[in-house]
Amino acid sequence: MLGIISNLITQTLGYSSTLLFGSTGEIITEKSGNLNLGTPGIMSLGGVFGVIGAYYYTTFVSNFNPLVSIIVTLLATIIGSLLTTLIYCFLTITLRANQNVTGLALTTFGVGLANFLGGIINNKAEGSSGVSAFPPIAMAYQTKLPFADNLGFIGKAFLSSGFMTYLAIIIAIITAIVIKRTRIGLNLRAVGENPATADAAGINVNRYKYVATCLGGVISGLGGLHLVMQYLSGGWNKSAVEQFGWLSVALVIFAVWRPLLSILGSVLFGALYVIPFSIPNLAPKNQQLLELLPYVVTIIVLAISSMRKKRETQPPESLGTTYFREER
Amino acid sequence: MSKNSSNTVKEPLIHFTKRDDITGIKSVLVHGIGLLAGLIVCAVFIMLVTGLSPIEVYVKMFQGTFGGDVTRLKALHHTAILLAISLAVTPAFKMKFWNIGAEGQVLIGALAAAFCMLEYGNTLQEPVLLLVMFLTSMLAGIIWAIIPAIFKALWNTNETLFTLMMNYVATTLVGYFIMVKDRSGRSDLGILNERTGYGYLPKLFGQDYYLNISIVIFITILVFIYLKYSKQGYEISVVGESQNTAKYIGINVKKVIIRTMAISGAICGITGLLLVAGSPTPSINESIVGGQGFTAILVSWMAKFNPIIMIFVSALVVFLGDGGASATDALKIDSSVGEVLTAIIIFFIIGCEFFIRYKVSFRKRQKGDK
Repeated sequence: MLGIISNLITQTLGYSSTLLFGSTGEIITEKSGNLNLGTPGIMSLGGVFGVIGAYYYTTFVSNFNPLVSIIVTLLATIIGSLLTTLIYCFLTITLRANQNVTGLALTTFGVGLANFLGGIINNKAEGSSGVSAFPPIAMAYQTKLPFADNLGFIGKAFLSSGFMTYLAIIIAIITAIVIKRTRIGLNLRAVGENPATADAAGINVNRYKYVATCLGGVISGLGGLHLVMQYLSGGWNKSAVEQFGWLSVALVIFAVWRPLLSILGSVLFGALYVIPFSIPNLAPKNQQLLELLPYVVTIIVLAISSMRKKRETQPPESLGTTYFREER
Repeated sequence: MSKNSSNTVKEPLIHFTKRDDITGIKSVLVHGIGLLAGLIVCAVFIMLVTGLSPIEVYVKMFQGTFGGDVTRLKALHHTAILLAISLAVTPAFKMKFWNIGAEGQVLIGALAAAFCMLEYGNTLQEPVLLLVMFLTSMLAGIIWAIIPAIFKALWNTNETLFTLMMNYVATTLVGYFIMVKDRSGRSDLGILNERTGYGYLPKLFGQDYYLNISIVIFITILVFIYLKYSKQGYEISVVGESQNTAKYIGINVKKVIIRTMAISGAICGITGLLLVAGSPTPSINESIVGGQGFTAILVSWMAKFNPIIMIFVSALVVFLGDGGASATDALKIDSSVGEVLTAIIIFFIIGCEFFIRYKVSFRKRQKGDK
């Protein structure tokens, strides 16, 4: 029984870290006033660039080194998601395009391109319509902490995930501290709340928006990589990541723009995702109904927080609007 | 000034100023250049992956969409559906209500139609059945749209995120419906009422899709007149420009928000009906809308909320989507190329929009300034 529970917890943590990467990235982005609806696209491309990195590493390097393979795939993901996010930044910040339209276009672009590139890699790796997989690299990502098995239940349940899970939590904690306790965080919040005031106070609004959005995009992209490595053994599967991207955007609301709450929220969402598949003898139709929960819960949180109108739980004031200094 | 110019802050190299207005011809020119640049990038992209020359690419894309008789009808129908959803989201967008839940609103309309076909197919007379289907689909779409609208109107709840979540509720409900109705265990209902033909929309001139296309043309005209010539259409544009102005001149903003979203939802619901019952092989599944709810937003925006321009933009997007898919058919990947091409075009259109709203001037070289 304990074994089942610890297994469940590990599985939950696996899914929740994807969501945590996604939502932490989106929180940083939204704190700067940019509503990036391109996150699902960025996460998809982040994932597929990891697969591309894995493909080239296994094809061109003969002696396999787990650490190097991790570095290569991580770098590929970071570069991929950074380039994608730059499209969004350039259009919305420099060219002041509508954020909703740009974000949705970026998701269309990202998901489409990811499926396309993933399809090419699949074709190359397996000949015709096969699915590529790079198990050794995926195994490297899933390596447990060395002392996990010696710590009994706690070790098995909480410490047997790959390093990405803990990286997600660490990034979320650092983000929380930076946003809440540092000068940079204060400036960032100012930019997101009221860019004109921030500008008047001498903060370089555009620079903050660029850096925050790019950083957010890269962190979100890591979520795509994690999903690919944890559940698709390093290969690409059509439209697997997109749904997690949207859930990450939902999680930001659920966590009322706080990275620490986002950790709890991601675990809850992860559990809601895992539980329907783990209840024995549950009819598939009821499984489907349980899958409603994350979305319904998000809607309820969104509605309640807007009704209560507490200032702490509101979205950044300027979220979704572009800033032009000469237009006040 | 010239003496201590090295000490003072330099004027930036590029300077943007807001344009007051731009002549129609210039605006069309800028859009044309943007579109052309986008098409060139698309051609380069397909050239790189297929090795065809740019002209071959576009010839192939044309053949795959508006070329042959069969493909042309399909492409026209595809255009009509995309156009219908774009029309549906337009009134809300004009009001600056970011409804990104069209996907779910269409899907729930489709679900309602499928439900009626299976539940009442053998109990109701055909004309009554069709009427019931029409009303339930429309009502389902309205309900799906109006819930976020009410929350927006009363508590200013963020509509973008609310409507987004409603999409997934609809998707999951469709999944649930299929599981409940399905006895084969394949999680697929196949063709609905295949033997009886209950609830199929009648064929116009004996042709598949003709009725769907005609209905969409009718909706296009209605929406055009509604937005341009009706009092309610005027109220929508005032609310979109400034809610305070609207309040000041005595418009009930809450009412306008809810009413406009109800219209959006109704059109979405009807589109759902057309997707299911208007097809020669009606079926229902979670991906029946296939992301067109999101694409429609981009179409509506690119057409500047003008229903007539929207016809051409929809056709362009279908050309890129279906054409791109058929041009890369030989690669045996899948249809995602179309999405990439559509997005590239949109990026360029979004980008060129900037040059319409702002004037770009470069720093003038001054004497003594090197």
